[in-house]
Amino acid sequence: MAVIDRRDVPPEQVPVIQPGHTFASVTDKISSVVLSGKTPLGWYFGFAIGFAGLQLLLVSVTYLFIKGTYIWGVNIPVGWGFDIINFVWWIGIGHAGTLISAILLLFRQTWRTSINRFAEAMTLMAVACAGMYPIIHTGRPWLAYWLFPYPNTMNMWPNFRSPLIWDVFAVSTYATVSLLFWYVGMIPDLATLRDRAKKMWAKVVYGMLALGWRGSARHWQRYETASLLLAGLATPLVVSVHTVVSFDFAAGIVPGWHATIFPPYFVAGAVYAGFAMVLTLAIPLRKVYGLQDFITMRHLDNMAKIMLATGLIVGYGYCVEAFMAFYSGNTYERFMMWNRMEGPYKHMYWALLFCNIIAPQLLWFRKVRRSIPMLFVMAMIVNVGMWLERYVIVVVSLHRDFLPSSWGMYHGTFFDKATYIGTIGLFLALMFLFIRLLPMVSIFEMRAILPEAKVEEEEGA
Amino acid sequence: MTAPNRTRRGHGLHGLMAEFETPQELVDAAHHAREAGYTRLDAYTPYPIEALTEALHIQDRRLPAVVLGGGILGGLCGYALCYWTSVIAYPLNIGGKPYHSAPAFIVPTFECTILFAAFAAVLGMLGLNGLPMPYHPVFNAERFALASRDRFFLCIEARDPKFDREKVWAFLTGLKAHAVMDVDE
Repeated sequence: MAVIDRRDVPPEQVPVIQPGHTFASVTDKISSVVLSGKTPLGWYFGFAIGFAGLQLLLVSVTYLFIKGTYIWGVNIPVGWGFDIINFVWWIGIGHAGTLISAILLLFRQTWRTSINRFAEAMTLMAVACAGMYPIIHTGRPWLAYWLFPYPNTMNMWPNFRSPLIWDVFAVSTYATVSLLFWYVGMIPDLATLRDRAKKMWAKVVYGMLALGWRGSARHWQRYETASLLLAGLATPLVVSVHTVVSFDFAAGIVPGWHATIFPPYFVAGAVYAGFAMVLTLAIPLRKVYGLQDFITMRHLDNMAKIMLATGLIVGYGYCVEAFMAFYSGNTYERFMMWNRMEGPYKHMYWALLFCNIIAPQLLWFRKVRRSIPMLFVMAMIVNVGMWLERYVIVVVSLHRDFLPSSWGMYHGTFFDKATYIGTIGLFLALMFLFIRLLPMVSIFEMRAILPEAKVEEEEGA
Repeated sequence: MTAPNRTRRGHGLHGLMAEFETPQELVDAAHHAREAGYTRLDAYTPYPIEALTEALHIQDRRLPAVVLGGGILGGLCGYALCYWTSVIAYPLNIGGKPYHSAPAFIVPTFECTILFAAFAAVLGMLGLNGLPMPYHPVFNAERFALASRDRFFLCIEARDPKFDREKVWAFLTGLKAHAVMDVDE
């Protein structure tokens, strides 16, 4: 099999799947990851890290439930700390999965095929991590169901004029629709696993999950319609989710939050962070599982380009923020900007600009986009940068607002950090379980983009 | 002919299944089967093939209507929830805003629209496809497990008015089929 991963070939000409593959080889290669029973050492290593992080999460959340939110650094004036930063960070990461699975499907970008499944899984796991933060931040998480409108003996209902209840609707809808989309996308592949499994329990479990899928042409036709419609629904949904998250801030009057640029700038930032995370996961995965034939340089190159483009939109957002602060003529807005650049958290702001605007400019160079170690470093820098961005928005805006007498400082405590590392552990543990137990690349869509899948229409038929 | 709709093993017959090695052969075979006048047929493939939908004349256009219905219902429910809660059940004066704050109700309304439409798409697709289905005769066919890997199957069902086991067998064999097999009920 010729390897077309060479550096002298322009990325547009690198195929989205290496030549020489057949229906059978694609099926066997991807399903063997789940069914062969041979788990690479890298998986154990990764899962062990994730599992250790998960234990840290359990410890820190248990302690939180016993002691209350004072174990975090949050207090007046900074009532939103790591919890909301991490909430926004995780939700944003999820957005790339939906972008790849829905928006790129509508644009008929076939290169998305080999990365959409695990990007969707990443969305789900990221939303699971994100959703936890507002709940544990409520202080009495066992009463979190009060967030939902339901008939109760107190005769109380949520206030639908508040962005916080919008957030409940947006995030819970997003989690539900992402789960549906992901599961429906997997049904034909679960049928493949059912048919290829050797062990009894695997046949039974995959058989039940596959719902009796048999690949009937009638079913495929409705299935394709449903997939397109779901993609069409998920596209405005994903845009709405980070828009609503930005309303949590923009609908407030705090300088640094009260800005009309927030919705588009948050959505672009979400996609930016999400693609960084997809790259962070895809680069080691393709190596450990030998998936270089399916996740080719073309994919990495395209993702780097999307990162560059969304990064520039985010950069535009920063410029508008700064410009509007000065152009508004509002003392508090101007002070907010000065405080970001020169205040006690200035190192955060400058690090953010370096990570999100300056460093990613290297992606203009093909050499950088073609170098896997460089891409990985870039993705990590953006992951960090987007976290810093939320830190600057949440903490630096809150810590000095209108009255100097109410100013204060915020620092994450041990438990803030432990919870954050813990959710990274939860995310990794869930991702590794997904990779081990479910097909991480969409097998049927890979078959459909093979050259042998081409069918000529009969004349006059 | 004795017992035309019985298999050699004496079971009821669901139909005859032909196995093809390429999608092109299957699509051509589907065209020929339609031309030969068979109407009760289905094809089984490892991935969706658009040309097959046309060859078999199986375009079902009900699903988009179901999804539209779900979306409209969701939108109405979402708005009704906001309105009933904020105006009738629990009116709150928030900064002097009217009880019926239409712009603020847009977000829950929108999210409910998407949520209901997505459920309609998934449940509608599964419902119209008759899934989940724990048992189906086609799985009795030998080698049918390859329909989820790399082989393409065409099944002419016994309930087809023109069905005659011997003739269908001969017809399918003549279509460059890799193999032809009985499908037990």
